[in-house]
Amino acid sequence: MRVVYLDNNATTRVADEVREEMLPYLSELYGNPSSMHTFGGQVHRKIETAREQAAALINAEPEEIIFTSCGTESDNTAIMSCLASSPQKRHIVTTRVEHPAVLNFCKTMSRRGYSVTFLPVDRLGRLDLDELQSAITDDTAVVSVMYANNESGVIFPISEIAGIVKAKGVLFHTDAVQAAGKIPLDVKKIPVDMMSLSGHKIHAAKGVGALYIRRGTRFAPYIIGGHQEKGRRAGTENVASIAGFGRACELAREHLPVEGARIREMRDRLERGLHMTCPGARTNGDPANRLPNTLNISFEYVEGEAILLRLNEFNICASSGSACTSGSLEPSHVLRAMGVPFTAIHGSVRFSLSRYTTDGDIDLVLEKMPGIIKELRELSPYGREAGQAGVQSS
Amino acid sequence: MWEYTEKVKELFLHPKNAGEIENPDAVGEVGSIVCGDALKLTLRIDRKTDRIIDAKFRTFGCASAIASSSALTELIKGKTVDEALRITNRDIADYLGSLPREKMHCSVMGMEALQAAIANYRGEKPPEAEEGKIVCECFGVTDEKIKRVIRENNLQTVEDVTNFTKAGGGCGSCIPEIEKILREVRGERVAAKPEMPRRKLTNIQKIAMIQEVMEREIRPLLQADGGDVELVDVEGNKVTVSLRGMCTGCLMADVTVKNIEKKLKELVSEELFVEAA
Repeated sequence: MRVVYLDNNATTRVADEVREEMLPYLSELYGNPSSMHTFGGQVHRKIETAREQAAALINAEPEEIIFTSCGTESDNTAIMSCLASSPQKRHIVTTRVEHPAVLNFCKTMSRRGYSVTFLPVDRLGRLDLDELQSAITDDTAVVSVMYANNESGVIFPISEIAGIVKAKGVLFHTDAVQAAGKIPLDVKKIPVDMMSLSGHKIHAAKGVGALYIRRGTRFAPYIIGGHQEKGRRAGTENVASIAGFGRACELAREHLPVEGARIREMRDRLERGLHMTCPGARTNGDPANRLPNTLNISFEYVEGEAILLRLNEFNICASSGSACTSGSLEPSHVLRAMGVPFTAIHGSVRFSLSRYTTDGDIDLVLEKMPGIIKELRELSPYGREAGQAGVQSS
Repeated sequence: MWEYTEKVKELFLHPKNAGEIENPDAVGEVGSIVCGDALKLTLRIDRKTDRIIDAKFRTFGCASAIASSSALTELIKGKTVDEALRITNRDIADYLGSLPREKMHCSVMGMEALQAAIANYRGEKPPEAEEGKIVCECFGVTDEKIKRVIRENNLQTVEDVTNFTKAGGGCGSCIPEIEKILREVRGERVAAKPEMPRRKLTNIQKIAMIQEVMEREIRPLLQADGGDVELVDVEGNKVTVSLRGMCTGCLMADVTVKNIEKKLKELVSEELFVEAA
């Protein structure tokens, strides 16, 4: 049975072209890029090609890119480096809706004596830029604000935010893991100091990420050891994944202009269809500033894990912000920060599309979802009155 | 992805006894939509024989909550009320093959709904109204419930208590108290805390004690979650605090303030009350 994969903000399928690019480095081209011989040297050249390809995706210079093991490492490295480069400053500004790679890192720093401002968001998941402005003090070492949110898909106005932060002379990092490949990114236009990227969100393999570091920015390495990455990230390079990541960046750049619009149309059709056929549905996140591939939608009075497992019966993959799916008992910190009511948080489902998504995939969800919601509402002691006309108590 | 047994999947996808009995002889309702799961159990009972003739459920919750509810109804049908009362959450879990440890609270919810329904049938007050004080404010779990579940399931760790009752799974501020209950139930001697002298405190003493409790007992817990609190003022018995960090604007802020009040009442003076600035 065919898999309908609509969980691309979690991870993506490795593109065939990417896999082809990787394979030689998993077999005959096993040299160490740091070696003096030609055999290793050719591997080194491949990494430099990948660096150029990754740089091109965000309009950076190749020497401004270092490869890491994942988006989380990029985030940790960036914030740690910013703190190390102004050790007298003890304040961090970030948001309540960051990915755990930033959020939990900042919480850890707060236990180590830093003070952290976690900026709130409004009901649509937007930041108040005045609040950001006033949160920055003389003591602020770094501001870290994600480019786009992984759960709600909300895109923050990073250009304006970077302007505010840089006007105060503070370092600015953005986690662009979810934005890369989905919307155009240009570090020549946006004055960010550091930007995190991840391979497996853009059809490369897992285990590779990148960090953009603007030329001239003070940098302190996080992983310490050999001289790889010009001493900025030690450890023998994950050559195959880096080679694939480079190709994935190139593919993302090629596909974005056309595929971006097609993905958006499919997402919008899915959203409209679900609102039409499922009573008590509500979209979470600012519809005007949202990643074109992401739909976060709540079905009130039904529980998200139950929805996901019913979808799973049709091989449809999605995710949920409900407490039951998280392994903890607390539902999504993002939706809670947005003030989404509990009746709706527990029933939230995130569909995230990719360039491999087809109209047929969307059709299948639209066909199956109304029945799933109707059945689960019939099982629920709540909300059967709320707009589910025609449903009888059995 | 949870590892559910085939039985859980079957009862989730094709639940037996879903629905509601009209004019039931007994109704048991537990849980709430805020907590993420809730169950309404309705029973038809033959009053002459005390036998449960029919049972139906409506459940808001995940797959294991739905399957546990359905399993419960299958287990109790045909049993007398007394027989049914002997069913524990373990019987529900056994009927399902097993449940993931983190989902055991679903089976506990089933057992509680049954107890509530039978209390309702017998005209008693529902068991959750039994004496006991709320330990976990986030999920409204009492010390009596925690003790009972620890005993019935031979629980050893706080994590287990959270898996079975949800207590401690929210803000986590009750975890020290759960540890205490665990030690009590498991028969270990709890180091007796020196009793606070309950004499009248001077204002200076009171403020100093409040400050100390905040520093020692409250702030470390909040900081562990990226939050913080600052003592703003003490006027008579009114303590004004200001939440900081992740606590600001948090949906659980009210609960946090309540917990601070509880701690201060316990360790400083019963008369104190706390307000957020």
